[in-house]
Amino acid sequence: MKKFKYSEITPERIYNKRRSFIKSMGYGLGALSISSIPLINAKAKIPNEPTSYEDITTYNNYYEFGTGKSDPHRRAKNFTTRPWNIKIEGHVEKPLELSIEEVLSIKSEERILKLRCVEGWSMIIPWFGFSLSKLLDKVEIKSSAKFVEFETVYNPDEMVGQRYPVLNWPYIEGLRIDEAMHPLTTVVTGLYGKPLPNQNGAPLRIFIPWKYGFKSAKSIVKIRLTEKMPNTAWKNASPREYGFYSNVNPEVDHPRWSQATERVIGESILAPRIKTLMFNGYGDEVAYLYNGMDLKKNY
Amino acid sequence: MKNYSKPTVFLLSLWPIYIITYQIFYNKLGPEPVDRIINHFGECTLIFILLTLSMTPLKKITKSLEWIKFRRMLGLFAFFYASIHMLSYVGLDYRFDFEPLINDVLKKKFVFIGFSAWLLLIPLAITSSDKMLRLLRHNWKRLHRLTYIIAIFGSLHFIWLSKTIFFKPLIYLIILLFLLSFRIKFNKST
Repeated sequence: MKKFKYSEITPERIYNKRRSFIKSMGYGLGALSISSIPLINAKAKIPNEPTSYEDITTYNNYYEFGTGKSDPHRRAKNFTTRPWNIKIEGHVEKPLELSIEEVLSIKSEERILKLRCVEGWSMIIPWFGFSLSKLLDKVEIKSSAKFVEFETVYNPDEMVGQRYPVLNWPYIEGLRIDEAMHPLTTVVTGLYGKPLPNQNGAPLRIFIPWKYGFKSAKSIVKIRLTEKMPNTAWKNASPREYGFYSNVNPEVDHPRWSQATERVIGESILAPRIKTLMFNGYGDEVAYLYNGMDLKKNY
Repeated sequence: MKNYSKPTVFLLSLWPIYIITYQIFYNKLGPEPVDRIINHFGECTLIFILLTLSMTPLKKITKSLEWIKFRRMLGLFAFFYASIHMLSYVGLDYRFDFEPLINDVLKKKFVFIGFSAWLLLIPLAITSSDKMLRLLRHNWKRLHRLTYIIAIFGSLHFIWLSKTIFFKPLIYLIILLFLLSFRIKFNKST
């Protein structure tokens, strides 16, 4: 399938006029723009208009900078992202340390993917990045490795949220090896054709579109291959509410939020909720990873 | 001057409405407007419950009876904002789709306790008039002690809907406990 870069066919000013987007491009180009997003299944009825740059960069859950949605935007402005190194270690033959410049030089592409937050809202984000498997292939994973753990930087001087015991710092997230190797698991270094803003997890983060947003750790400094299931941040904080898998699943309710529906960020007051899809609409791509598993137990 | 104090408090108590009207008009509700409206009126409800509960302590501290005349109005504003809060959840967010709503009330403890608090506010609002005060006599005071339970429910509602240790709900709880402590002393000394 031929892949267009979304930015090649859509000028930024039209990105920003989301509402007039399809209309202004006409049906022909509209159809082309949809066909250029092979990762999004048109049948799954995921809305294809990206959320505005402003909403994506001002409405964030990033507790290292505070628990308010606008805190990261306000407080991450002077966060230091250079120099930045990332270590890949643990059960690997060749541990590796990469500078951010080396990571940025890895061939990347535009990936328009849907983010579904466990709180019941969603965004469509034109990320820029590459499959995590590209990094993991470099270190020769040992057969004893069963899981991948991501560690966010610990920098309480600049990350004011880390001064309070809101979660166990540093933030830890993780995946099973096969989930981590899935091509949709993305190392993100940019969005909307720009370098990744600090409030979105600069200089690099992970993004797993079929899982709730908190699985996608930000500002990563360490990737560790482990034998045991990582003790992930939210599962650690409240195991009854957050499981290790945390796949988007409309049938498993969170004690606080119904997961059957979601609000689309940037819509008007009058827009209704939309139905949440199994695996956030990426079931065709990822459902096989969970064959034979009871996803109600393994939430 | 005294004659204007009540209308002044009334107009000031409408500030949550001014704010939301301004934000709707100038499109400043942010990326998640429905959530913003629900949370705004929820927080206002809690503020007005705390304000209502502040009048008796203020009376004691300042040794002035002036404060008590605002209590009913502030309490009714709490009911007013609680109703907008609940209606925006039911109407704006869930479009009066009662199946998931009933599910929410039964399954989610923060919705259950919040809804209970709103139900308990109804008899207080109904019996807030002078006529009802005379009619119920001693029972009126007993009935209106429900305010304490409602305040605790409201505070728990806020704490339980937070994902982790959030400061705001804890601050409200601390203020509430402080205000309630005045009542404990009062009961012991009489």
